[in-house]
Amino acid sequence: MKKLYTKGRASIEFDSPVFFESCASITGPKEGQGPLKDCFDAICKDPTFGCDTWEAAESAMQKESAQMAIGKAGLSPAAIRMVFAGDLLAQTIASSFGIAGMGIPFYGLYGACSTMGEALSLGAMTIAGGYAEHTLCATSSHFASAEKEFRFPLGYGNQRPLSASWTVTGSASCILGQTPPKETHPNSMPLRKGSCCAAITGITTGKLTDYGLKDSLNMGGCMAPAACDTISQHLTDFGRSPSDYDAIFTGDLGYVGKKILIDLLLAKDIDITKQHQDCGILIFDADTQDTHAGGSGCGCSAVVLAGYILPGILSGKWKRVLFVPTGALLSKVSFNEGDTVPGIAHAVVIEQKEV
Amino acid sequence: MIKKEQQKQYEKYVKEVTPTHNLFLNMGKAFFTGGLICLIGQFILNYAKNMGLDKETSGSWCSLILILLSVLLTGLNIYPKIGKFGGAGSLVPITGFANSVAAPAIEFKAEGQIFGIGCKIFTIAGPVILYGTLSSWILGIIYYILKLTGVLT
Repeated sequence: MKKLYTKGRASIEFDSPVFFESCASITGPKEGQGPLKDCFDAICKDPTFGCDTWEAAESAMQKESAQMAIGKAGLSPAAIRMVFAGDLLAQTIASSFGIAGMGIPFYGLYGACSTMGEALSLGAMTIAGGYAEHTLCATSSHFASAEKEFRFPLGYGNQRPLSASWTVTGSASCILGQTPPKETHPNSMPLRKGSCCAAITGITTGKLTDYGLKDSLNMGGCMAPAACDTISQHLTDFGRSPSDYDAIFTGDLGYVGKKILIDLLLAKDIDITKQHQDCGILIFDADTQDTHAGGSGCGCSAVVLAGYILPGILSGKWKRVLFVPTGALLSKVSFNEGDTVPGIAHAVVIEQKEV
Repeated sequence: MIKKEQQKQYEKYVKEVTPTHNLFLNMGKAFFTGGLICLIGQFILNYAKNMGLDKETSGSWCSLILILLSVLLTGLNIYPKIGKFGGAGSLVPITGFANSVAAPAIEFKAEGQIFGIGCKIFTIAGPVILYGTLSSWILGIIYYILKLTGVLT
């Protein structure tokens, strides 16, 4: 029988680390005015990205971030064995049309705002299993296309509740590889600082968690139980405690979800108050940017990962982090038919590795 | 899956930790915004009457001008800001109705004249039109019965 790398009930521990070769992030203008404005690779001042439709704009943004990541790794698209990409639009068209022209074998994913966690998990497993030398993990979201998909036309005058989050316009791509990234090309910018690299050492796959909430405008409340479940499962599977991590980043729980997550975990005797940060809270300044509960969308956790978390690991700010993007798996149809909003969260362990 | 009882408990807990808008402040803003729109309407009405138009024609001019203003402000991306401030104050008057028709028309234009604008222009206003027609029909029947039975003359 082949060797198993499984750990506990829902986790995998890779016997050799899966390296981040490069990452790239692109955001829209509002994210470019937020607290993380200096972290992103590119900020597009035009939210249409020069396209006629919001969907095309999102595709253009995802394509751009994928090409940028491939270039930074010093690779050509032909060197990428497969892409794992997803977004929020129906039938994930932003990814299909974004990646279409690049000629890379493609897997389209839907994990709502947790898609980056899903893509990294699958990409890392593919690399660790020896099925690819390089994989590309990409996600995107766009405020305007998401509003159109899930809520109202932009021109409609309505009030958003304080529990609502603001979909991030942004896309990020990461290249994963078997070996530490090297300076192969004069123009490449691999994710490496001296002998320090960032690598995925384990994952915990989340399960759908449904506490029966039906309010699609309070996604923090819908997703917090999923984050709680995945984090506690992860700690059990790996036999670790929160203090084994320098930081635990959830995807887009926002202010409401953050409080609920901490309370839910405290009820299980797990205290993450010292380590916990939320990408949705980090990306916007709620006081001046009118974003209410915080940022959300596939792009939210993805651009914070590429722009803030991975560089922080390289610079030694954190040695080991748990990245837990969260998603609310609803559609307009399920909402109108009175269904609940189930949540999901995938955990990815990212560590600093000396090579 | 968790039990119904736990679901209720969780829902209650989430409600407790979720911040909400200040109801009285929002009501004040809605009163101001709705009042202002009605004031503009009254001004148009009085002006038209002073020009020598009869009551019905003045009312038509008033509605038409308010609708035009609302559609223009929607196109210029100003009406969403008014809606965010005024809430129901800008939603209930005829201007809110015009906004709810113009906004999908702009949004879905990219999907074509037929399947975009044609099919989706009434996605928000549709229920108002349908149930408005239905309720006027029911009221008409009641009026008819009351007339037949001699309650109304």
